[in-house]
Amino acid sequence: MIEVQDLTKAYGPVTAVDHVSFSVNEGEILGFLGPNGAGKTTTMRILTGYLPATSGTAKVAGFDVATDSMSARRHIGYLPEAPPLYPDMTVGGYLDFVLRIKNVPAANRRARITDALAKTNLGDKRNELIKRLSRGYKQRVGLAQALVHDPLVMILDEPTVGLDPKQIIEVRHLIKSLAGTHTIILSTHILPEVSMTCDRVVIINKGKIVAVDTPQNLTTQLKGAQKIRVEAQAPEKPFADLLAQIAGTSLVKVEPARSSGHVTATIEVGAGKEIRNLIAAKIVEKGWPLYELRGVSLSLEDIFLQLTTDDAAHAQPSN
Amino acid sequence: MRSLYAVYRKEMGHYFVSPVAYVVVSVFFLVTAFVFSQYLRAVVGQSFEMGPDFDAPTQLLRAFLGLLALLSLFFMPMITMGLFAEERKRGTMELLMTSPIREVDIVLGKFFASLTLFAVMLLPTATYVLFTWLHSDPQPPLRIVLVGYLGVLLFGGCLLALGSFLSSLTESQIVAAALTFAIFLFLWVISFGTRDTESVLGQTVQYISVIGHLEDFERGIIDTSGLVYYLSFIVFFVFLTVRSIDSLRWRRA
Repeated sequence: MIEVQDLTKAYGPVTAVDHVSFSVNEGEILGFLGPNGAGKTTTMRILTGYLPATSGTAKVAGFDVATDSMSARRHIGYLPEAPPLYPDMTVGGYLDFVLRIKNVPAANRRARITDALAKTNLGDKRNELIKRLSRGYKQRVGLAQALVHDPLVMILDEPTVGLDPKQIIEVRHLIKSLAGTHTIILSTHILPEVSMTCDRVVIINKGKIVAVDTPQNLTTQLKGAQKIRVEAQAPEKPFADLLAQIAGTSLVKVEPARSSGHVTATIEVGAGKEIRNLIAAKIVEKGWPLYELRGVSLSLEDIFLQLTTDDAAHAQPSN
Repeated sequence: MRSLYAVYRKEMGHYFVSPVAYVVVSVFFLVTAFVFSQYLRAVVGQSFEMGPDFDAPTQLLRAFLGLLALLSLFFMPMITMGLFAEERKRGTMELLMTSPIREVDIVLGKFFASLTLFAVMLLPTATYVLFTWLHSDPQPPLRIVLVGYLGVLLFGGCLLALGSFLSSLTESQIVAAALTFAIFLFLWVISFGTRDTESVLGQTVQYISVIGHLEDFERGIIDTSGLVYYLSFIVFFVFLTVRSIDSLRWRRA
């Protein structure tokens, strides 16, 4: 349904998307995972025909987005990062306008609007002005806008951003229920989101695809490691040596903390290995005041570090 | 065509659902009403001094049409400043540009909607003109009134086309409005002080001036050169707007 070949987008000297290739099968949900500025939005904008690619090709529903843009756009529903809403319009009026510019014949419009409102739980807001809606409702109107013309492909840029936890769950359910009849690409920087909704995940960093995998495989990788953070008042070198001794060959990073005399260390250890008690005991034994000792769940950044081995060598921990 | 209508319909909704249209139309009505009554008084006074040779109705009409043009210079930038700047700022440009709709449909839909609003602004002022026309003796040809209004409408169309182009260049509405006003004012006053109609330069400057062509319309004459000037001015800036919108894709937004 979606074929991306060697897609590249350069803004002057900056390459936002660098030779990206992937494909999405019909009815599949593909998650686009990456930190801000990774090139997710740019890739999505190219797929929707908003931006032209510097090189490479992208096909949506069999139409090249560059040479046959109008045909491709007919089959796409797109929710940009900020929902593209007209505050002066009512929800129903807005969806009617969207259907008109998507070339949906008049006979089908009413039914399509009712259907989209039902799917996004907006039935009672049909005649409400968009500017009077809360952030969460606006996001849902944005989502309704992307599915109102029943497109083959839906491209959703961070569909759950700005929603409260309950709404996030609702939106995830909605997206899952749309799979099968729609092919969906969604982007996010929240890992659980991907594992809950997506069939496959493309991890993108600095414009390059780092990994393409199922969420199950990714989560396994994620759980395979944990991190410990230690802060104590100690001389840097002996502190590092001590920790290296306890943690064995694992990665230990030590740096001075903000308050003088303090050092913090980040230690990566294997799964199921509990060494926090050992660290506490040894530090107290040395007579160094211990201020903090906690397990840190691995962030997305860490997965990138794990996946991009070249980067891991010289990258600094984010916290 | 259907997409053009969809955009037109949306724009009209924007004008007439929000207070925009009502405020603009009523303020325009108020100002023109005040100035018209002043003009009327002045022209009537003059006609007593000048005697029967003085063509009071025509003088009044010409002065009033000139006023409508002058006022539109102040009002149009307020209408056009948001045409594209607001869409860009709200992110709705992304919706329009990823829908199966051509840029020219977007631009023309917006242009015709703003032209309609301008026509609605002009409509109530026609009542004073028709009123004086009915009560004039002898009556000037009705053609002068109609052609005069056509001229003002074309003149306003130029302002709207230029304004929409400038609005497509920037996300800031203030910048768009100020530039529209400044550039149009420049095109207006460019011929001031050129008494020299012999040289090529003098004639060129006369031709470029937007207000010069309006004078023929005010006399009830549809001058081909004026018509061509206004229509090509509009087409040119509509074209530039379409190119500018298209170029948004290539710029880093």
